[in-house]
Amino acid sequence: MNLTSRQALPYWLILVAGSLAPFVFSDYSNELAVLWLMIVFASTWDILGGQMGYNSLGNIVFFGAGMYICAVVQIGLFYDVGMYTAGSRTTHIVFSEAQYFSGFALGLVAAGIGAAVLAIAAGWIVFGLRGPYFAIGTLGLAVAAAELTASWDWVGAASGISMPVFPGPPQTQKLFFYFLLFTLGFSLLVFLRWLYSTSFGLALNAIRDDEEKAEAMGLHTRRYKRTAWAISAFFLGIAGALFGNMTGFIEPRDIAFPTTTFNLFMVVMVLLGGKGTLWGPVIGAVIFHTLKEVTWTYFLGWQFVALGLLIVVTIVYFQQGVVGWLMEKNPQLFAPRGAPGREPEGALAPQPEGAE
Amino acid sequence: MSEAIIALDKVTKSYGGVVANRAVSLTVPRGSITGLIGPNGSGKTTLFNSIVGYHPIDSGSIRFEGREISQLRVQEIARLGLLRTFQTTRIYGKMNCMQNMLISVPHRREALRDMFAREDGAVAEKAAHLLAFVGLYEKRFLRSGSLSFGQQKLLEFAMALMNEPAVLLLDEPTAGINPTLINGLLDRLKRANSEFGITLFIIEHNMRVIMNTASKIYCMAHGEMLAEGEPGEIQRDQRVIDAYLGAH
Repeated sequence: MNLTSRQALPYWLILVAGSLAPFVFSDYSNELAVLWLMIVFASTWDILGGQMGYNSLGNIVFFGAGMYICAVVQIGLFYDVGMYTAGSRTTHIVFSEAQYFSGFALGLVAAGIGAAVLAIAAGWIVFGLRGPYFAIGTLGLAVAAAELTASWDWVGAASGISMPVFPGPPQTQKLFFYFLLFTLGFSLLVFLRWLYSTSFGLALNAIRDDEEKAEAMGLHTRRYKRTAWAISAFFLGIAGALFGNMTGFIEPRDIAFPTTTFNLFMVVMVLLGGKGTLWGPVIGAVIFHTLKEVTWTYFLGWQFVALGLLIVVTIVYFQQGVVGWLMEKNPQLFAPRGAPGREPEGALAPQPEGAE
Repeated sequence: MSEAIIALDKVTKSYGGVVANRAVSLTVPRGSITGLIGPNGSGKTTLFNSIVGYHPIDSGSIRFEGREISQLRVQEIARLGLLRTFQTTRIYGKMNCMQNMLISVPHRREALRDMFAREDGAVAEKAAHLLAFVGLYEKRFLRSGSLSFGQQKLLEFAMALMNEPAVLLLDEPTAGINPTLINGLLDRLKRANSEFGITLFIIEHNMRVIMNTASKIYCMAHGEMLAEGEPGEIQRDQRVIDAYLGAH
């Protein structure tokens, strides 16, 4: 990408806005951090759900797996994990600054790689399924992951793990996690921009439009599907590791593998913003997260009713999403490059009437 | 005739109790245009599906360039250079024509890093050239799903050429296309054969088309091979005439 081109402008804006936001709205830095988490959720879900046409209801597995892998690495480097989880209620265990940061850094790497490996293994099994069966199959993975973790004593079972405490004042801690999540989200957006401009993006779209045709043309469909899921999982794993440390306490059902909240939010945000587009998931995440925080603040007690309503309305009446709706209303805005960077540039001058 | 690029020996395929292909043997000579005709339900598409590995066969052997392929999967066979088009046209409907072409490059020697390759100018140029060849150059940035049925068939044909196959199996290339376009398609099929050296094996119901293109024709009826020969012989063959008029 040319750093001074018009297409790079949104990235510069996001970079500036994202860097200033926690200082301008310092009371909301935690909410802003979660907003970046939501953007990661939506954009990673869209790799399969939007670009490849595989609706996964199990992506939360990689989020939770990353969270637990990171925790185990952070603790296991310096203590016995089983004893730590068993004794954490009675004894307070302190990590030195060096221990905290080295463990955390190593944990993040392990979380990303571990989640990606898990995705390849899971893909071996569930990519035999298509359509609604894939959705149900992956949902099964998510439920199983939560239940298995909840009965695994070594990692604290259902009572979870108290994470090592951040060695610094609360304000520093907030900024620390905000900027980590912001960096993750921003790099994901830049990465996806690149990914969708390579033949990988085309292959995912081909699988979405007609997988049998893609097979008949000799495309390595399985390889593409597994790699796509592994990429999703890598970013989700790191996101899980960050979020686990940010909240300070992790447990399986509501924080690591929440099938009915985060797991569903991913899908709703993408549908709301417009699936299969680069910016749709981002827009969806911003709208959704804002609405969620507003209902939480002003309609407490009704927040899940409002969210449920939003989900139903989006899925029944507004499946094309904001970006999809814009494409329908103003196709010239997206012409001639329906998908930026896809068409060969230079050799062939795009035609103005080539609108979607 | 030169050596056979595809050789089928006593291929049998049944669905439950229904025998769709019974001991079918045929050869497609390298560089030829070979036709396959027969009444509806005579097992032509089943035979195509068997050849490209769409389903396992019950018995018999299928050889491509001398190599047994009846145990291989669809993608592996496609990567060997044996490609098929579908009776009901299949393209990537939400992508534009150019994207359809770009993703149809051969995947024979694809390495892991090729998954993330940027389209280079040469590939795009070739795609544009082939789109021009089938007369879709003007529409290259249109969503392929918005093309007419006939144009989609032409696009599917161009995608197949992009894949540089050794053999192309065409399942009713002219079905549903208006007569004017048929002549154009016919001409392009012949040119694909003569200019690009692609062996064509065509299922066709349009007798005028198949008699004018193919050098050798096989006729199937009730899942069995009924007759084979040059177009003239087939046209005079009483068994073929009976099969089409329902004398069986």
